[in-house]
Amino acid sequence: MNPKTTDRKTTPLRFDLDRIRGDFPILSREVHGRRLAYLDNAASTQKPRAVVEALENFYFSEYSNVHRGVHYLSQRATEAFENARARVGRFVNAERAEEIVFTRGATEAINLVARSFAAPHLGPDDEILITTMEHHSNIVPWQLACEAAGARLRVAPISDDGDLEIDRLESMIGDKTRLVSVVHVSNSLGTVNPIAEIARRAHSRGVPVLVDGAQAAPHLPIDVQSLGCDFYAFSGHKVYGPTGIGVLWGRHELLEQMPPWQGGGDMIESVSFEKTTYREPPFRFEAGTPNISGAVGLSAALDYIDELNIESVRAHEAELIDDTLLRLEQTEGVHLIGRPARRCGVISFNMEGIHPHDIGSIVDLEGVAIRTGHHCTQPLMDRLGVTATARASFGIYNGRDDVDALLNALDKVRSIFGKGG
Amino acid sequence: MIEDLYQDIILDHNRNPRNFGPLAQANRSARGYNPLCGDKVEVQLQVDGDRITAVGFQGSGCAISTASASMMTQKLTGATIDEAESMFARFHDLLTEGDAGEAQEDDEELGELEVFAGVRRFPMRVKCATLAWHALRAALSDQGEEGPVKTEA
Repeated sequence: MNPKTTDRKTTPLRFDLDRIRGDFPILSREVHGRRLAYLDNAASTQKPRAVVEALENFYFSEYSNVHRGVHYLSQRATEAFENARARVGRFVNAERAEEIVFTRGATEAINLVARSFAAPHLGPDDEILITTMEHHSNIVPWQLACEAAGARLRVAPISDDGDLEIDRLESMIGDKTRLVSVVHVSNSLGTVNPIAEIARRAHSRGVPVLVDGAQAAPHLPIDVQSLGCDFYAFSGHKVYGPTGIGVLWGRHELLEQMPPWQGGGDMIESVSFEKTTYREPPFRFEAGTPNISGAVGLSAALDYIDELNIESVRAHEAELIDDTLLRLEQTEGVHLIGRPARRCGVISFNMEGIHPHDIGSIVDLEGVAIRTGHHCTQPLMDRLGVTATARASFGIYNGRDDVDALLNALDKVRSIFGKGG
Repeated sequence: MIEDLYQDIILDHNRNPRNFGPLAQANRSARGYNPLCGDKVEVQLQVDGDRITAVGFQGSGCAISTASASMMTQKLTGATIDEAESMFARFHDLLTEGDAGEAQEDDEELGELEVFAGVRRFPMRVKCATLAWHALRAALSDQGEEGPVKTEA
């Protein structure tokens, strides 16, 4: 496969916010009579016209089932589906397209590894190592696997600032450790973990590494070869693609050793009642009719991102986040939750004496969409001594006006809760 | 519109919750938990025959759930168990029934609890306002030993 390049010939574009916003019809709608400031991108991103048009074109002109018919449309659909796989392969810089398994999302990708890679080899007293900042989707699959095997789930600590204590993590890797599973970017704090370093240290002890990349894929260039990990999971809907499609990248030699985790059509070589043999990866892991249109839509989303000149987008996002952090720090009564050394995408905060849900409801009426709650990271909330946070998370279409709207809405929160106080 | 939700009396009870803290003489209790937001409340009761003689609550939650719990404790102190059940039904109707845009018939029984009518416009927040009430009902029906009642089935 070629090194990571965009599919189409494009001249590098300067960052043009208006043009990008024009590609996202939903951004021009009003919410509660206000301009929508969508700052909930860590939950899910909005969809550009290019993605929806790709779905429409596929359904209206090329749709059929894949991998079976000899008829024209089946061949076209198979081609589109497998082209999407190759497209995703280029996005993560996989060595080969066969390393890409389509799933429903990052959650299913992690469950696949738990069931098909970890569980068959997991014995009593074995250990799986995760971190305090994991999303529930990178905790619960391991709890299930450990419970079934009598194995132990161990948790590497973080600092008060929300950084992974990598030396502590390394010291917890021992003879019993079967896998290290770690988030690339924290969905609650925005912490960027040093994956290459973690993989290097785990591999020096012969332990494979899975990376939950759900929050990283929309913001960072993903190069699984230079990261040096063994599995990488992410979701389509957080990279401006459709819901219900996600990706597991796995090293081919590992995928080859793994048994299927779901049985059905499309994943078999031959079936008889006496003996069924399974296809090679990735098909072995894709039982049943896959989310064909989802893959096509995801492919269009990745094209869209790459055509934007991702470096300029990242620079813009980083600048916007720095600016927002500064303004929030200067806002009376606002406390930032987590001060990671390297951050992307996400800012969590609380307001003194005001519950995040109350913040969420009030800013919503000002047209500002943020997430409030525990963000599916309850153990992390416990570690930080909070029950919930307010979280603003950024995407390619956010600008200073969105931050202005957020800050103005927070003023409104303060004025409502300040009454008679 | 937001002021419909955060009326002064709600903000006041949020700031200074009444009957907040452990109830020494409690003989019934139950915990309520909203798994969607992590809000927790424990309601403790002293029940004498069929009468609730004292109500207290503890926990952490948003302004709506804290004020609702606080005002519930005041409302139900001295009420019979039947009266408490009937009050819950009225309160629940207030939050979920009818068109929020229309003036509701005054329900004199509800009294100050009517300030929660504004919650109807915010369906995501109804569970905040009913969390303590659900815990109260669990305590009255002796389900309190069975672990926390949840807002999600």
